[in-house]
Amino acid sequence: MSGMHGGNIAIIGASETREVGVLPDRSMIQLHAEAALLALADAGLTAADVDGVATAGPLPMEVSHHIGISPRWLDGTMVGGCSFMLHVRHAAAAIAAGEASVVLITHGESGRSRVGVGGYRANPAAPQGQFEAPFGALAPYATFTVPALRFLHERGMGRRDLAEVVVAQREWAVDNPRAFRRKPVTVEQVLDGPPIAYPFTRDMCCVVTDGGGALVLTSAERAADLPGGGHAVYLLGSGEASEAPLMSQMDDVGSFGAFRRASAEAFGTAGVSHADIDHFMGYDAFAHLPLYMLEDAGFVGRGESGAFIAEGHTRKGGRLPMNTNGGGLSYTHTGMYGMFAIQEAVRQLRGQAAVQVPGVTLSFVQGVGGFFWAAGSLVLANRRP
Amino acid sequence: MTGGTVPVPTPETETFWAGTRAGELRVQQCGNCGRYYFYPRPFCRYCQSSDVTWRTVSGGGRLVSYVINYRPLPPADPAEPQVIALVELDEGPRMLTNIVGVPPEPEHLPLDGRVQVDFEERGDQALPVFRMAAGDPR
Repeated sequence: MSGMHGGNIAIIGASETREVGVLPDRSMIQLHAEAALLALADAGLTAADVDGVATAGPLPMEVSHHIGISPRWLDGTMVGGCSFMLHVRHAAAAIAAGEASVVLITHGESGRSRVGVGGYRANPAAPQGQFEAPFGALAPYATFTVPALRFLHERGMGRRDLAEVVVAQREWAVDNPRAFRRKPVTVEQVLDGPPIAYPFTRDMCCVVTDGGGALVLTSAERAADLPGGGHAVYLLGSGEASEAPLMSQMDDVGSFGAFRRASAEAFGTAGVSHADIDHFMGYDAFAHLPLYMLEDAGFVGRGESGAFIAEGHTRKGGRLPMNTNGGGLSYTHTGMYGMFAIQEAVRQLRGQAAVQVPGVTLSFVQGVGGFFWAAGSLVLANRRP
Repeated sequence: MTGGTVPVPTPETETFWAGTRAGELRVQQCGNCGRYYFYPRPFCRYCQSSDVTWRTVSGGGRLVSYVINYRPLPPADPAEPQVIALVELDEGPRMLTNIVGVPPEPEHLPLDGRVQVDFEERGDQALPVFRMAAGDPR
């Protein structure tokens, strides 16, 4: 083995919680544990095999202790909902360096039912508390959304382009029994829906759910000898980047530099081109994010994202099937959706998705953290190059 | 806009908030690279020089982007839509703010339109808010 990329590290276990959606009978920490034990079973391993733990939300020792693991490697990197993309690449680096052998990455969030979760209150002396919160930038729908009009304005695009994202993704969710929103919608219905924060109506905003997910990583060499080795998914490349922890201070309101940098590093380390990618997961807390991501990650040119989606290229049979679980807009969104984007990429690469795209071999996963704060990108494959 | 959280200044930002309480918008400029930057800190965020000076700026700028938030959270008035906006000052820095003085409707909020700072009391502080201003977009 040499290096963290190029297929030397494998995801050999992956699972979400048994259900996602409304789970008032489970606390946040138990959602982590449920997903973790399912992912270990999927890998054919037990907690005793794990020597590395990464999580975001709770501290890694809270998860380790709850499950019964004494790790020799911990990662509590917390950059918002794409933290799990960063955990994957940090775990890969640790495994490649011999610092860990089997790494467990967990997510669980009682985002809807709020069971076992502390309250959230912005610190009024922090930069965000002084320079954003007093103006009403508190809820994600009133903060993450603020740059969108600029993006649309600079490209001659409009609200219809946001609605087309919703319609395209709902098409995937209709056939996914685990999806939270499954009713087909039209562009007009999305535009006429309850206004949340202009230009965003309700269905342009993600669902709010409970759930969890976990991943188990080890070296490709070890994976070959494990029960989970037969369905291993390999890390070809990855990248991470951050900008400002205040949306208002992002370098360019109409394009996110962290998407550009993280995705470029992922493509570069993987040694693949955009044309090689046959499946794309783009973290969609709100409908403008897939538009930013398609352009910033270079799948389409500047100003082409809206037409690309409206013309059906991200739908069934399209050349870049995107957010095939229905995405955060329709499938599930616990608060930190990144884990679910990775889970769907793994399912598609294994041929086990609820709505399977035929012949997926290379999946690109683009995550966002906070409100345009950070980004993480993964290139995943179902065979070693 | 009615109500909302109250900022708590730190030693590094107190000059800014003292300015808004006095009806002035104060922004720091770097003596080394010449750039204005925001939010306040005692060194330049572009070149890390500590040769920085507080400037009282005109408070003119342009509207970069916004949302009209129909669901304000407490302590803001949940019945009063908020225009949560990004404004770029003529000197360069960008700030989050509220646009006040016009109905919260898109036709009154042209992107790139000129804006001018105003100040609204909030608790023991004063917030820099902006009004749409006459003049051509830049």
